[in-house]
Amino acid sequence: MKADPGLYDYWPWEGRPKITWPGGARIAFWVAPNIEFYELNPPANPHRKAWPQPYPATPGYSIRDYGNRVGHVRQMEVLDRYNIRGSISLSTALCDHHPEIIQMCLERDWEFFSHGIYNTRYTYGLSEEQEREMIQDSIDTIEKHTGRKPAGYLAPALSHSEHTIDLFAEAGGIYTCDLFHDDQPTPITVRGGQRFASIPYSLEMNDTIAYVVNKIEPRRYGQMLKDNFDRLYQEGADNGTVMCIPTHNYQVSCPHRLKAFEEALEYITGHSDVWVTTGREIAEHYLQHHYDEAQAAIAAQEASA
Amino acid sequence: MTLDREHLEYPHRRYGMDHDRYEWSMLSERPAIAWPHGKPLALWVNVCLQFYPLNQQGKPFAVPGGMTMPYPDLRHFSLRDYGNRVGIYRFLKAFDRYGIRPSFAINGALVDRAPQLIGTIAERGDEIMGHGLHMDALHYGGQDVDEERKLVVDALAALRAVSPSPVTGWLSPVRNESENTPELLVENGIEYFCDWVNDDMPYRFNTANGGLWAMPLSNELEDRFVIMNNGHSEQSWQEQVCDACDFLLEEAERSGSGRILALNLHPWMLGQPHRIGKLEEALAYITGHDGVFCAAPGELLGHINI
Repeated sequence: MKADPGLYDYWPWEGRPKITWPGGARIAFWVAPNIEFYELNPPANPHRKAWPQPYPATPGYSIRDYGNRVGHVRQMEVLDRYNIRGSISLSTALCDHHPEIIQMCLERDWEFFSHGIYNTRYTYGLSEEQEREMIQDSIDTIEKHTGRKPAGYLAPALSHSEHTIDLFAEAGGIYTCDLFHDDQPTPITVRGGQRFASIPYSLEMNDTIAYVVNKIEPRRYGQMLKDNFDRLYQEGADNGTVMCIPTHNYQVSCPHRLKAFEEALEYITGHSDVWVTTGREIAEHYLQHHYDEAQAAIAAQEASA
Repeated sequence: MTLDREHLEYPHRRYGMDHDRYEWSMLSERPAIAWPHGKPLALWVNVCLQFYPLNQQGKPFAVPGGMTMPYPDLRHFSLRDYGNRVGIYRFLKAFDRYGIRPSFAINGALVDRAPQLIGTIAERGDEIMGHGLHMDALHYGGQDVDEERKLVVDALAALRAVSPSPVTGWLSPVRNESENTPELLVENGIEYFCDWVNDDMPYRFNTANGGLWAMPLSNELEDRFVIMNNGHSEQSWQEQVCDACDFLLEEAERSGSGRILALNLHPWMLGQPHRIGKLEEALAYITGHDGVFCAAPGELLGHINI
């Protein structure tokens, strides 16, 4: 085990080269709905239990199924209203289970990125070869069902190995959502030397972290989203920032929660100079226009140290 | 150490669900449901009447809301009992004031422990549902099937002896089930149950003994979950309920299909003097809408023909 994952160098906020977004926007804003499938009876991973109760874990399984049966269409209607294309963090087995959902997202030109096969299959304990196979399966599944390979990765249930990001870069990916170290994209060091970036995905704005872990009231969550935006928008005048809202249809789409989320989206998209975009578009723009400059600045910082 | 090959095999990766309990179906794609008199939103209030034994065994886990202190945990025992002695009577007054006809999910053991209360409920003629034997008699995966069958039989026998109408609904204690629970319920004359929280409308659920209705009794909006599990204020609970009411009314009108606002309540929680006002405010708000009517689950199922 290592004290530091070695994925990026310390690089303070002050003095960075300026990031500019298309159209002179101050902030790149993206919404990342997690569309997940949890198995009722997955094989038991010795490193992490899928469910707190013995099979059948009715409470946990059924509320997650609510997201697909009820919540997905609700959130999609809200995103449509504000012309937001979702960037889907996809349990790729859902292509087989619920192709209707995939079709609706395709019709809207939403982005699909990989979130593993099932959210009840963890990376823990997989050999490097097994993890490579799992990642490749997820990439192939997205390509087969959507016609395009995914550009991004969020490890299933945020379960990682030391090589997760290396493996995804080697499989042709260009960005990761697994790191929470910054409010801007940053270069990521992978063993194969590929051009690869971290795109801010925000654990703090994640509805499941807010509702399930931090137990935030719905209206307060809506206010947190607005406050998060206000500060990133203000700072984006000096150096472009990224705001992401990761969502889950079984949380944000409950009848007592969707209104607060919608109000925040109305507020955010009501501002000028907001680039409403997707994870892939942010990554492509960054890699094309700002990655080299960032690498040079990081190298210069190290040379002068 | 690497994992066995089975961790990269997906035997249920196929169209639909990864089990055969029900059909995969999105709410937005289903035929419209028409409630009586063109009302868009049904309000279903369910009250849980519960007994939490002092000598809790906690098998296979200590039930949320149950005893947490070393024996004898008098604080939690008596605070839960408060609901059946005091809190419930505040509920009943509020229901009468706002014209609510609730259902009652009752632990079978309560029939002997609180006969006057059970008599009052029976006299009101409200719908009574099975709710297990008591809150330390959980249904759970791996449970011996005969042991579980006895829980179902005993709980329903107690209620059926006092209920003026057939008991055909069920809510498992903390919604926990074994792999056999749905079969045992059908075997014992249950027609609908409320354990699965995967929908906002009723749907058909398969068992080896025939079909059941799964009724949508939200866990995320219930008083115990919001106030005890999430630590939100009673004021926030009331706001969340009103926001849900607004949303469901709007969705019902937009989609042209009826919806259900289901409130699962505990008299030991909202029946406290400092909380009952928030329940009353929520009921006043909801019933103040012309588009809302109040009905128990059996009545709602009578309006559904799918």
